[in-house]
Amino acid sequence: MSAAFRISGAGRLSQAKTASFSFDDKSYTGIEGDTLASALLANGVHLVGRSFKYHRPRGFLSAGAEEPNALVQIVRDDARKTPNVRATVQELYDGLTANSQNRWPSLAFDVGAVNDLASPLFSAGFYYKTFMWPKSAWKNLYEPKIRAAAGLGVSPEKPDPDHYAARYAHCEVLVLGGGAAGIAAALAAAETGVRVILADEQAEFGGSLRFESGAKIDGENGFAWAQAAIARLKAMDNVRVLSRTTAFGYYAQNFVGLVERVSDHLKSPGRELARERLWQVRANRVVIATGAIERHMVFANNDRPGVMLASAARTYLNHYGVAVGKNVGVYTANDSAYAAAIDLKKAGVNIAAIVDLRDNPAGPVIDEARALGIEINFGRAVVSAGGKLRVSSMTVQPKNGGGERTIPVDAILMSAGWTPSVHLFSQSRGKVAFNDETRRFVPGTYAQDCVSVGACNGTDGLDATIDEAYAAGAKAAKEAGGKDSSGKTGKGAKPKVDAGESWSRGMLGAGPGAGPGTTVKAFVDFQNDVTAKDIRQAVHEGMRSIEHVKRFTTNGMATDQGKTSNMHGLAIAADELGKPIPQVGLTTFRAPYTPVTFGSIVGHARGALFDPTRRTATHGWAASQGAVFEDVGHWKRAWYFPKAGEDMHKAVDRECVTVRKVGGLFDASTLGKIEVVGPDAAKFMELLYTNPWEKLETGRCRYGIMLREDGFIYDDGVVGRLAPDRFHVTTTTGGAPRVMNHMEDYLQTEFPHLNVWLTSITEQWAVIAVQGPKSREIIAPLVEGIDMSDEAMPHMSVREGKICGVPTRLFRMSFTGERGFEVNVPADYGEAVWEALWAEGQKHGAVAYGTESMHVLRAEKGYIIVGQDTDGTVTPNDAGLDWAVGKKKTDFVGIRGLTRSDLVAKGRKQLVGLKTKDPKVVLEEGAQIVADPKQPIPMKMIGHVTSSYWSENCGRSIALALVAGGRDRMGETLYVPMPNGTVEVEVTGMVFVDEKGEHLNG
Amino acid sequence: MAKAAANTKATAASVERRPALAGRTLSAPGVKVEMLPPAERISLRAPQASLAALSKALGVTLPVKPKSSATKDGRTALWLGPDEWMIIDEAGNDPLADCAKVTVLHSAVGISHRNVGISVAGPAAAVTVNSGCPQDLSLDAFPMGAASRTILGKSEIVLLRTAADAFRVECWRSFSDYVFTLLSEAASDAAN
Amino acid sequence: MLLIRCPYCEEERPELEFRNAGEAHIARSTNIAGESDDDFEKFFFIRANPKGVIYERWRHIHGCARFFNAVRDTVTDKFIMTYKAGEPKPAKLPGAAK
Repeated sequence: MSAAFRISGAGRLSQAKTASFSFDDKSYTGIEGDTLASALLANGVHLVGRSFKYHRPRGFLSAGAEEPNALVQIVRDDARKTPNVRATVQELYDGLTANSQNRWPSLAFDVGAVNDLASPLFSAGFYYKTFMWPKSAWKNLYEPKIRAAAGLGVSPEKPDPDHYAARYAHCEVLVLGGGAAGIAAALAAAETGVRVILADEQAEFGGSLRFESGAKIDGENGFAWAQAAIARLKAMDNVRVLSRTTAFGYYAQNFVGLVERVSDHLKSPGRELARERLWQVRANRVVIATGAIERHMVFANNDRPGVMLASAARTYLNHYGVAVGKNVGVYTANDSAYAAAIDLKKAGVNIAAIVDLRDNPAGPVIDEARALGIEINFGRAVVSAGGKLRVSSMTVQPKNGGGERTIPVDAILMSAGWTPSVHLFSQSRGKVAFNDETRRFVPGTYAQDCVSVGACNGTDGLDATIDEAYAAGAKAAKEAGGKDSSGKTGKGAKPKVDAGESWSRGMLGAGPGAGPGTTVKAFVDFQNDVTAKDIRQAVHEGMRSIEHVKRFTTNGMATDQGKTSNMHGLAIAADELGKPIPQVGLTTFRAPYTPVTFGSIVGHARGALFDPTRRTATHGWAASQGAVFEDVGHWKRAWYFPKAGEDMHKAVDRECVTVRKVGGLFDASTLGKIEVVGPDAAKFMELLYTNPWEKLETGRCRYGIMLREDGFIYDDGVVGRLAPDRFHVTTTTGGAPRVMNHMEDYLQTEFPHLNVWLTSITEQWAVIAVQGPKSREIIAPLVEGIDMSDEAMPHMSVREGKICGVPTRLFRMSFTGERGFEVNVPADYGEAVWEALWAEGQKHGAVAYGTESMHVLRAEKGYIIVGQDTDGTVTPNDAGLDWAVGKKKTDFVGIRGLTRSDLVAKGRKQLVGLKTKDPKVVLEEGAQIVADPKQPIPMKMIGHVTSSYWSENCGRSIALALVAGGRDRMGETLYVPMPNGTVEVEVTGMVFVDEKGEHLNG
Repeated sequence: MAKAAANTKATAASVERRPALAGRTLSAPGVKVEMLPPAERISLRAPQASLAALSKALGVTLPVKPKSSATKDGRTALWLGPDEWMIIDEAGNDPLADCAKVTVLHSAVGISHRNVGISVAGPAAAVTVNSGCPQDLSLDAFPMGAASRTILGKSEIVLLRTAADAFRVECWRSFSDYVFTLLSEAASDAAN
Repeated sequence: MLLIRCPYCEEERPELEFRNAGEAHIARSTNIAGESDDDFEKFFFIRANPKGVIYERWRHIHGCARFFNAVRDTVTDKFIMTYKAGEPKPAKLPGAAK
């Protein structure tokens, strides 16, 4: 069963393979290989959408990517409802479901169409004028209403279940566009043996050969030649042929973004297939062969469904075998529309009349049309289209005025000429030049190693196009290192054009009846509902630059980016300004050429691949113990280990108390670790840290502070000296990469004379902190070759030996204030050693504790965390760490910064302890501190809380804070104003537990 | 004697080694991604003057050409920078011990556990790696034995071409899940 | 994504492997502790930020890990040349007017 407008014998689709689909809940039948547009047209459906602003009924303007009107929603399931899909691009599959957009309650009867009647309110610049008063109404009334009324499609609310692939690719010659020019260029380049990538946005290669029935190359019909050439290219190892692939962005150094639509055309794409694939291609040379886009004629009601580009009608006929009407009118200003009329006529469609704006054109196509008996009217214009949901007539008038004649039609084919697609050339930062003779912008000055060929270069005629493209492809390949294959004959030789169609010039701007002084709706930009009158109005209101006209009218600002409208808009503005077109300028072309999904940009970077998730060696054990994890940078760290029935506070209270009473195990593996090796290691350490290092004995450790050159604390950590020429440096978890970079920077560029090297060993060693009075008893049974007595291994020392039979760097150090050790073992052994230590710990009643308890325990001792208690404006003195700055040193990074006047001034914020007057109140970290709570707002803030916890060990809350002149305020009462009342606090020292530090050896 | 015997006994590891993602593999049309067994590795840093002595001690000539490597008897030296090499020993010998015998100026740091190795092999191997690595991996630009620190998606890797259609991807231990997963996803798409 | 020639790797490599590290040829004083306020200000705070040719430091952080110097045009974003750390500012730029 064939659809009413499918012409048997026409087109290239196999009639046998039908596909059923639905549009707005109505079922239709199409053929595999159809686009949604051709399938609907085959069923006589022209009305597919409503326009953005006026809600005017719209049909198909084009048969390609430039389509401004036929935007639909494709629904696969709840999560896959793609809005704003061009029906002219969407390939049909069996079961496809499409819905129209921007209409309510139905496409044929749309309430929003009152906007059309009220159009004087919505003229150019209405956004800037209509909604100016009252000011407050913009946010609460106008904007929400406009947004609701103006939306196009509807976004799905569920996460996108599809996946998207991405890859980088390199080639010598990248050919963009797979029409006659692109294929010829690719053939020439491929023959030289270099890597060639050829991409085209269509499902099938051929470009305009899809509709140009008159083309003949190498003795074959043009389209058949294209298919044979593509087959030949595909068979070559050095060539990659990409169909359904749009080059959307042209970036620096011939870096081009392509999106390949992998499965949008399939009925039920398997899960293994990506929906789209992003290609980021680096090419030595790029050949741009993007063709040209036909322009419409600008006349009243030129947007009625059934009014379309002549080349589109020809494509529907010659490729899809679909007639766009039964009684078709033609309105043209150039020759190419004649070919459409001739093809349709030959297929049995009545051509009501050809209306040609030109006075006396001559040529073979005109002769042929006349010979076929088609009525031809020269020097006349279509001044208006009749009908509403579908065009029903065209009103014809002599172009300089006179009697009108209305001709009934069910479709109007129009052609104002062809606009070279210079988008990608322009994106490459090339400068276009206006050709006064042909009145079009063509590539002028090149900014990159690329070349434009064929229609996008303003080259007319198939013969000239093939010549130019083949030569350009060969030249590009040769420049990129390909073998010389010129003079080749036979299969690899230059294609020979036996017959081709020539393109003639057309016209720019509004046609008769839509000129100055008229108020008809003659559309320039269909998608954004911009008329010729709107453009002129913008000029009247003072817009002089085309960039201003564009923004005032929104001409060219829709999803189609003005592919059909820009030149008309520019010509009308130039006309109104009385300036030549180049002086008014062309708006900038920006990526993307056509809309690109977020999915394709994101590619693999979703879910688990959104960002690396780093886990330590003991992660599995912690998870099995029910640990709750927190994110620390990319790391997952055990936060706390709740037992049954415990919330976070109960778990942390238990963990903290047990560590001080018995002991606890903590995974400190994420701390940054850097091995500093070389005869000048100590010298280097002297320069990078504030502390003295030369005299640190082998086997001893020191707490080091690293500053930036400005004198502020950058990082801190414990450093162990393993040998005279070897230090084991630890950094903060978050600081690890930047500290390494900072150290490398100084080593390579300021102190390159030092014989020392840095190696990141963060991930070489798993680190198990064992802290608490029983820590030595827990570790000792497993350790071999290390005397762990206080005399042999005092606090702040490091030993190398074995634990559980594997190598260890055993540090005696403490971030809790209790006797403590940090057991470093090679990472793959980390979990097993942890389990062994855990078993020992169990004998004493030790706990596993997480980062929350670690924070509380260190705060109880007033140990700072860089990045929490410091913020990049805190000096060692501010933090009470002056003791760690080598007073006799003459150089270290930050030494000069520390003497800056502001850094030694009185009244700087200093780190102090805070105790709330009510011990049960836990301050909020970040809360501001004031001296006088009764002062008027805005109050003078003298500091803020940096760390604050409930301390079960102290039986009260504790806090650290940066307070102006803090150390001179000991015992003072300060205030923390909060939304629900002011909290009174007392300034104290920073140590809340074991002030004398006796526990370290306890 | 008894004491020595006790020591020998205690020296044997009493805990097992648990390499990250051990045994994980993924097969897709045209490519197989799999975790490689543990290997001995060091980061070696040295000035030009020390290279001869170090090469001799290691039994493999340290390459001085950028983006290259040298392999001998299961030991590969990868040029990572003008004074930086990664030594990977898959034969069970310890390059750290070999370097310890050398007195010339150098820095050798053990990183056997810091890194993991992932094999990507098959006709679609290069395309798989190119899903996240922006370098040109054609045989002309990245020939057999080519080695380079580079990027794979959001992780740093070291890439070594071990055959025309095979790569060794080295990354840090905690990035291995990310790197393996990315390579797996890419592998599934690579044959297309 | 730009291609940047690493003077140590002796080839162009993708920008993703690199990291900018600020203006080049600003030497840290060997007697920084004794530096005057003015000199320290110039060294630490003042940068040229030119429109046009800039001399800057880059690090091939995900490659050979070396810091090196580059001459770049901030208007066109084009790299004019790169050279190793420690080498003097080039007296003449390739392609520059004589």
